[in-house]
Amino acid sequence: MHDKTVTELAAALEQGEVSSVELTQHFLKRIKEQDSRYNSFITVNDEQALFDAQAADARRARGDATPWTGIPFAHKDIFCTAGVRTTCGSRMLSNFVPPYDATVAARFKEAGAVCLGKTNMDEFAMGSSNENSYFGKVTNPWGEGLVPGGSSGGSAAAVAARLTPAATATDTGGSIRQPASLCGITGLKPTYGRVSRYGMVAFASSLDQGGTMARTAEDSALMLNVMAGFDAKDSTSIDRPVPDYTATLNDSLEGMRIGLPREYFSDQLDPVVAQAIRDAIAEFEKMGAKVQEIDLPHSHLAVPAYYVIAPAECSSNLSRFDGVRYGYRCDAPKDLEDLYMRSRAEGFGDEVKRRILVGTYALSAGFFDAYYLKAQKVRRLIQQDFINAFKDVDVIMGPTTLAPAFRHGEKTDDPVTMYLEDIFTISTNLAGLPGMSIPAALINGLPIGLQLTGNYFDEARLLNAAHRFQQATDWHLKTPAGLA
Amino acid sequence: MQWEVVIGLEVHVQLATQSKIFSGASAAFGADPNTQASAIDLAMPGMLPVLNGEAVRMAVCFGLAVNAEIAHRSVFDRKNYFYPDLPKGYQISQMYAPIVGTGLVEIPLENGETKQVRIHHAHLEEDAGKSLHEDFHGMTGIDLNRAGTPLLEIVSDPDMRSAAEAVAYLRKIHSIVTYLGISDGDMSQGSMRCDCNVSVRPVGQTEFGTRAEIKNVNSFRFVEKAINAEVQRQIELIEDGGRVIQETRLYDPDANETRAMRTKEYANDYRYFPDPDLLPVVIDDSYIQRLRDTLPELPDEKRHRFTENYSLSDYDAAVLSQTRALADYFEQVVETSGDAKLSANWVMVELSRLLNQNDTPIERCPIAAESLGQLIQRIRDNTISGKIAKQILEPLWNGEGTPDQIIEKQGLKQVTDSGAIEQIVDEVLANSQEQVDNYRAAPEDRRPKMLGFFVGQVMKASKGKANPAQVNDILKQKLEG
Repeated sequence: MHDKTVTELAAALEQGEVSSVELTQHFLKRIKEQDSRYNSFITVNDEQALFDAQAADARRARGDATPWTGIPFAHKDIFCTAGVRTTCGSRMLSNFVPPYDATVAARFKEAGAVCLGKTNMDEFAMGSSNENSYFGKVTNPWGEGLVPGGSSGGSAAAVAARLTPAATATDTGGSIRQPASLCGITGLKPTYGRVSRYGMVAFASSLDQGGTMARTAEDSALMLNVMAGFDAKDSTSIDRPVPDYTATLNDSLEGMRIGLPREYFSDQLDPVVAQAIRDAIAEFEKMGAKVQEIDLPHSHLAVPAYYVIAPAECSSNLSRFDGVRYGYRCDAPKDLEDLYMRSRAEGFGDEVKRRILVGTYALSAGFFDAYYLKAQKVRRLIQQDFINAFKDVDVIMGPTTLAPAFRHGEKTDDPVTMYLEDIFTISTNLAGLPGMSIPAALINGLPIGLQLTGNYFDEARLLNAAHRFQQATDWHLKTPAGLA
Repeated sequence: MQWEVVIGLEVHVQLATQSKIFSGASAAFGADPNTQASAIDLAMPGMLPVLNGEAVRMAVCFGLAVNAEIAHRSVFDRKNYFYPDLPKGYQISQMYAPIVGTGLVEIPLENGETKQVRIHHAHLEEDAGKSLHEDFHGMTGIDLNRAGTPLLEIVSDPDMRSAAEAVAYLRKIHSIVTYLGISDGDMSQGSMRCDCNVSVRPVGQTEFGTRAEIKNVNSFRFVEKAINAEVQRQIELIEDGGRVIQETRLYDPDANETRAMRTKEYANDYRYFPDPDLLPVVIDDSYIQRLRDTLPELPDEKRHRFTENYSLSDYDAAVLSQTRALADYFEQVVETSGDAKLSANWVMVELSRLLNQNDTPIERCPIAAESLGQLIQRIRDNTISGKIAKQILEPLWNGEGTPDQIIEKQGLKQVTDSGAIEQIVDEVLANSQEQVDNYRAAPEDRRPKMLGFFVGQVMKASKGKANPAQVNDILKQKLEG
């Protein structure tokens, strides 16, 4: 049952082969028995999940089920869920129970999906290895001692380990695509503004975007059908019709123009990875797509620009965590300053503090122009690179990551090396474009992803390309050895 | 040494929107603490601001009223600092691209001339909550009802040269915002607050002296006193060989002096940057034109019209046009009474006295303008005398009925029946033989003055109801005939 995709489970529910309660029990049991190996969940929602599953079965019996009614799934613990603790991977919110649902959570609820629980993540979505969680590191199901990537490492590991058929995630600089690559699953970061950020704990507001983690492109399309759409509660959400993303999955790729950025296939890329990615792209050519090389000349500036803009926004976004109204408060503060200093010193982890410091510095008088404004200019150049490129191509492809999963502790002492994990993914966020990672190869037995970047609001085309690829190949069906 | 005072004001006007600037919570004043604070106002995780279009409309209306440039594209920025009543750890404001650009207002000077004061810009921002330092046993209470209330901060150029000018400017701003109906302008409830930038320089010097900023002054009177106290301080300081330092100060009304704020009470690096949660506010010409078409008559226009149409003096027109409520009241009185000058006198003298005595603003005046108009009407048609009318004002205030009802009930109708008046005159003359004799013996030129005694007696005997003109005539007739 747990090997089935969302699409298959929806069919099984529809056929009456299984009930939502049975499905939910099955996944809850798997989480209970196996998640100690992965630590992919922070909160498991047993009671509520079973209650929701019963309601879903009743709804289906009444005949007004949606494709999601009764399907178990999980939320990254960054989405606020009414009445269910939402920690964002931080001690700061370790006791926080929101009285409201994020729009994404509300939409899944409306569709009748059953939330199994909240998945682990790097604290406040800052990290690329899921080693920055107050609730402990997450282990990649592909190997003991391997990181799942981050920040949505819990969602990725849970999907890869078949503890949930699908999970929500967020991507600020690669937090969906990089862990999807490392865990051998399918991840989609939509266009900025496509999915509401309301109720999604903010890291860097101009970059954050909610998205999907599932095993297939088809499931991703089903997820996006629920998540996408205008939300008046998010001023940056965009009012634009939402297509049925499943409707165009099987469209022909004949004549589709694929661009390969020269900058992504430089000498620095491991030739083995480069070849694996080229092999994957060759599959698209077999289906009639045309490949050409393109230039994204400002690519090398993406990481530096990102590590000014994202920390700048985070330094301000995280100011609300001050120990005054909710969340962690230090014990017996002497005075206001002590309350602020100790609540924040004790409530935040090192990476979060590092980024708050960097961001505060970048916004300070005397540095603002040189850092923040400069980075914004670079951001526009990067965006313009993509706008130019999409005049000639429909989809840009390349590796999602430089290499497959690395080991726990391997990069924790060197933040800059860790930041380079997102070297291929970050520019997509800076430009606000949609991007996907799909399993494309195994390297030394570990999965690695192919990244697809589309034009604004061209998620349907990405899903179409990814789905056709998955129809033609079986990389997305590979499972970690030893998976129970 | 002769000193010149240089003043610029930053006026914070609370906009009279129903809900807050970035959330749907009510912006009404006076509710129980924290009952009007939504998850957005509390800065709960994941909450996002959504701009209230009414606040934009009001800001643009203000801009149009002061002939300012309206920015077609303005941007909200974050002003970052930590304070317990600032839930997000930043205030959403407009630093780099405010919605209202440079404008101009005219203020009346004491010598009867007017002066132009330039508006540097005006921007939208949200208010913070309130810290309550009493009643919590060594702790501080936080009330977030006010957090997120829309403010328009109006920043003047340093164009004022005395505390009186600063007050005149502040009154003008007050007058404009209340005319526009974009604020109740109630300074006692904090709807208008003022930061005063004050410096002095030797007369003739072109460059400005170092300024001090007096924060959060909340009444016209205190603005005047605070500026005068600060000017005094700066002059004494410099004359004693000291130097003014640029700093933030607070006015203490009890001691009538300004004091430096502790440096911790204000941060010096707010790390402004554009708020990525909000889109730029884009306004097109048709929107601006639509609002321009809805603008009410503004104070200056109204004052002009009052002098022209009602032949009021400049002074009377200025007083009566100062607030829209007073002007509207006055015009309503004129409409009912049919006499502008008499109406102006009654509103400015008799009614004002009652309002002051009862500490009641014109908005809450219990005497309807129509009632006052009717009262004046009754003076004009000789139903009552002006003196009787003054007696009726009090019962009117107390809600004892319309002027006609009170006149009827209390039998105050003027006696105009000459037979009845004659009878009273005869009685008075009969009882005042000595005065009658004196009158008749007196030379012509002294008689008018002596007539007053008899008029008084007759009015007294008639309980003030006899028509004074008739009394005069009949008395003269009887005494001289």
